[in-house]
Amino acid sequence: MTQLALVIDLNVCVGCHACVTSCKQWNTSGLAGPMVDQNAYGEDPTGTFFNRVQSFEIGTYPQTETVHFPKSCLHCEEPPCVPVCPTGASYKREQDGIVLVDYDKCIGCAYCSWACPYGAREMDAQQRVMKKCTLCVDRIYDEALPEDERKPACVMSCPTSARLFGDVHDENSDVSKAIRERAGYQLMPEWGTKPANHYLPRRKTEITIHPDELERADNPLSKEERKQHNAPSTGPSLDDMTSW
Amino acid sequence: MKTIPIVNKTEGVEVKTTTCYMCACRCGIKVTIKDGEVRYIQGNPDHPLNKGVLCAKGASGIMKQYSPARLTKPLLRKAGTERGAGEFEEISWDKAFGIMEERLGKLRAEDPKKFALFTGRDQMQALTGMFAKQFGTPNYAAHGGFCSVNMAAGMIYTIGGSFWEFGGPDLERSKLFFMIGTAEDHHSNPMKIELSHFKRNGGRFVAINPVRTGYAAIADEWVPIKPGTDGAFLLAVIHELIKLGLYDRDFLVNYTNSAELVDLTPDSHEEGMFLRYEVPEEEGCFDPQNKLWWDRDLDIPISMRTEGVDPYLTGEFTLEDGTPCKPAFQLLKERVEDYTPEWAAGVTGIPAETIRRLAHEMGIVARDQKIELPIQWTDAWGKDHDSVIGNPVSFHSMRGLAAHSNGFHTIRALSILMTLLGTIDRPGGFRHKAPFPRPIPPCPKPPNGWDAVKPNTPLDGMPLGWPSDPDHLFVDDDGEAIRLDKGFSWEYPLSVHGLMHNAITNAWRGDPYPIDTLMMFMANMAWNSSMNTTEVRKMLVDKDDDGEYKIPFIIVADAYHSETVDFGDLILPDTSYLERHDAMSVLDRPISEYDGLVDSVRIPVLPPKGDCKPFQDVIVEIGTRLKLPSFINEDGSRKFKDYCDLVVNFETAPGSGIGFLAGWRGKSGEKSLKGEPNPNQWEMYEKNNCVFQHKLPKSFQYMRNWNRGYLHWAQEHNMIRYDEPINIHIYSEILQKFRLAAQGKTNGRQPPDRLRKRVETYFDPLPFHYEPLESQLTNTQKYPLNAITQRPMAMYHSWDSQNAWLRQIHTHNYLYVSPILGRQNGFKDGDWVWIESMHGKVRCMCRFSESLEPGTVWTWNAIGKASGSWGLDPKANEANKGFLLNHVISEELPAHDAGEHISNSDPVTGQAGWYDVRVRVYKAEDNEPEVTSPQFKTVDPLPGMEPQRKNKWQAFFAGNFRKTMGKKRISEKHVKKGGSK
Repeated sequence: MTQLALVIDLNVCVGCHACVTSCKQWNTSGLAGPMVDQNAYGEDPTGTFFNRVQSFEIGTYPQTETVHFPKSCLHCEEPPCVPVCPTGASYKREQDGIVLVDYDKCIGCAYCSWACPYGAREMDAQQRVMKKCTLCVDRIYDEALPEDERKPACVMSCPTSARLFGDVHDENSDVSKAIRERAGYQLMPEWGTKPANHYLPRRKTEITIHPDELERADNPLSKEERKQHNAPSTGPSLDDMTSW
Repeated sequence: MKTIPIVNKTEGVEVKTTTCYMCACRCGIKVTIKDGEVRYIQGNPDHPLNKGVLCAKGASGIMKQYSPARLTKPLLRKAGTERGAGEFEEISWDKAFGIMEERLGKLRAEDPKKFALFTGRDQMQALTGMFAKQFGTPNYAAHGGFCSVNMAAGMIYTIGGSFWEFGGPDLERSKLFFMIGTAEDHHSNPMKIELSHFKRNGGRFVAINPVRTGYAAIADEWVPIKPGTDGAFLLAVIHELIKLGLYDRDFLVNYTNSAELVDLTPDSHEEGMFLRYEVPEEEGCFDPQNKLWWDRDLDIPISMRTEGVDPYLTGEFTLEDGTPCKPAFQLLKERVEDYTPEWAAGVTGIPAETIRRLAHEMGIVARDQKIELPIQWTDAWGKDHDSVIGNPVSFHSMRGLAAHSNGFHTIRALSILMTLLGTIDRPGGFRHKAPFPRPIPPCPKPPNGWDAVKPNTPLDGMPLGWPSDPDHLFVDDDGEAIRLDKGFSWEYPLSVHGLMHNAITNAWRGDPYPIDTLMMFMANMAWNSSMNTTEVRKMLVDKDDDGEYKIPFIIVADAYHSETVDFGDLILPDTSYLERHDAMSVLDRPISEYDGLVDSVRIPVLPPKGDCKPFQDVIVEIGTRLKLPSFINEDGSRKFKDYCDLVVNFETAPGSGIGFLAGWRGKSGEKSLKGEPNPNQWEMYEKNNCVFQHKLPKSFQYMRNWNRGYLHWAQEHNMIRYDEPINIHIYSEILQKFRLAAQGKTNGRQPPDRLRKRVETYFDPLPFHYEPLESQLTNTQKYPLNAITQRPMAMYHSWDSQNAWLRQIHTHNYLYVSPILGRQNGFKDGDWVWIESMHGKVRCMCRFSESLEPGTVWTWNAIGKASGSWGLDPKANEANKGFLLNHVISEELPAHDAGEHISNSDPVTGQAGWYDVRVRVYKAEDNEPEVTSPQFKTVDPLPGMEPQRKNKWQAFFAGNFRKTMGKKRISEKHVKKGGSK
């Protein structure tokens, strides 16, 4: 069974927010739109975003890590938002594992957002409808788009290609390979939600310098040594004194 | 919803390509239009710059297009109202042109210097520069002086190329990469793409920066450093590399002036100059190969590059006539003798062991992980090479190094470090982009005296150029400035991008002279682009004793209601980037790649809003009406219909075949780079993703400073005047010439007495570290902290608070401080504090951060806005919680021995010292209002702007947006109709 998902590489994410706004611009005029903004030009603007980047610090100076952490619906294999929905608006698709909301059935009760341990749901405060990431379901199957553009908008735009997209149940897919080989992990697995989205951790590259690498025969300083002969020594040498 | 997958509606939908302008990066984009509104902007996968990706700003272009801050009508300040009061009347373009024609025509006929044109991040300097030259005013510059000119000048005066659009790190092949200082500000998407490839390929990335935020977040190692001390770090690394012999000797001998002998005869006019074995009458703007080396085998002086000779790089020698001399490298070695890692540790805050270790990493990777590419090439002296060698250590830096008053020498030090490692235009190191490398320095010179400025006559020389001798300075007989901004004067001799940051203050003071008309395009000089913003705003409305404005007439051209617009007397509404033609030209700042020249265009995908007119068309129209020679035919008739026509038909010289665009030249578009004008050039760009890419043969792609094939090719295609090798200036004889003049040892021009010491000190032929000028003149006991800013990746300077989506990412800014500072000064995370310098103070909110060097405080730049500007409600967070650090930064240094009004800038280049300010931070009183200070009177929307969007909800749905805007609530019907069902 197919389970589409995002695998997000924290090793290269610089927190640029390209995924945040490319998501918004695709989806606001798409199947899941509009994505409403409240007080768009006024005090405390706030709006619907399916994808947000949280930036935080770990550790104390100077051992500080700054982490940029993009977060959207994780399309759980056991989504807690689905069973709590009183109208059946929240559902998980069998064919690809995408979790969606049927706006026509949603009554805006927000049970799903209480149930979601990841805070991934976004209440559209104007329409009183719960919205969230659809993995751009209106792009990925659209045969009117060129084949290599049938991907979520966030994946297409990401400048560091930190967002991988594919079937995590297909062990030969790029996403499965990345999870397997680069220590991909899920958020809060202890909740038993089995999030389909995974994250790839930071990796550090170091260089070890061996002391003998600093002292080599081909050191260019050797070319700077003067070639002139020494002046004759002033005192007598054995050469001056022995006759045999 | 269960019926998905659903195919998107295709009727009423079209896709067009053009070029992004949400920042200066210039990515290729595909714009999907649905029923006349923008549906989707995506990166163009067929574009060489961004290869399909797009950043947060680019993906928010829709909200810029539909920004409520758009200006749509030419406006004239109402008669009888005060400037800055925001009282305007709508006028026709014809009237606007009439006003300019009359006023500017009179100035041109009487005193052309009284017209000053300063432009922002416009990407059209080829045109605006040409206009200013033709007008005959010396007073023209773009924003480079307050941006990163130190980077351009420091590197170009050393290696003949620079970071920026003109070169960069070859991260595809590099193995060790250092990013020093904030560098998120330029070339952002390509840098992000390459950084991620680099890391995935196992490269090691070290970030040296007072703050760990964007790119530094993913660095393998973060090395915190005190602001303004990068030069000390770099010089200590050089010290260590030389001490251990971890430098590329062959590279230094063959491709730099390291082995050339410097004349050390004391008190002579040749002191510090290279010894030459013959002196041609005219050396031109290249380095003749007429210097001396000292032969290691024969132990005699010998003409440089004599076949088979290996010179000494160190030592002290005496010519037969008794002339004492040393190789340039010896002087560098002596210079860095005292710059030990231990010394630098005290200056930078980086432990000596770390400095040493990083130096060893650089030196050993460069030496032991060499790349050899099987590419044959021939050097400038005719020697064939079977391969190209690379030492895979690379660097990148931008404003973090540049925006200090010691930035020029810091960047010289960086360029020299890169050279010692043998990494210039080699795989894995630094690589040039066409039209660079250029001679050191490039050939164009500024005019050099009042003779160049005459009524009704074009300026004799380029308004901006590259001085290499005191004779090239633009000064009068007393050695004083001719330009309004005092560029190319003894105060800032190598100010190759001008000093826009001093233009308003100087015009207001009438120093060196008053002007009449100041025209500003796309530059927010009444806000984030000026230092000392509070005072500059007063200067813009200040009057003399007769009640006349000290700056009599101000023209502002902009697309949006920035803080500066209200200070205009005449407002010219520019178009958005989706509504205009533009040429990203090789005559200005193209978007070339390492393997060859790339230029690109914008093609309108939407009609202009209201009466907006592209600024280029405005320039062409004024130029034509004023009958500037380049804009008219010999009979005085109009030469160019508009900007598009000019781009197609303009040639650098009649019949040169070189014009704004390099692609599809020749009568039917069959020629590239050079060829006669093609009437269908725009159409051909449009059909080809709006971009032209030329790839050099492999053998021309590396070692271009010394690559015979490349240099011939570049000369044939008019990129350079001489096909002479461009040897790297480890030792800068050019700087020495200015120093000799300051010391009174030359017969030519000499600086005014008050500037002798300054020029002598800062025109050191070798890099050195000094405390930034502002710090030298500050009581650092009272103001111990350094304050710096960064531009967030999701915002382009002041541009994006008008953007409904982007402003939700940065709605207001905080002052980031170390918790240690808070503990010491009694304030907590989130408290209201004052940040105070000797120039002024700002009240703002602070946030504790562990990602910064504890002696540094910082904030995002240009998030704070003046109330009511940018289409925002006066209650918007930007105006009430957001703040601008500029209020505590001065455009001038305190009076000192060099003068009363010396710019707060690098003494060599005039680069604005944004990051030099010293401050203290203390808690605001409990009874103070919780609003940022200073505050300014709220401005209202201007005529022609849509009323402030006060409705609570905004729902963008392409094809429906404008129909539903203003309605209380977008109805379900609209959603369904516009949706995919």
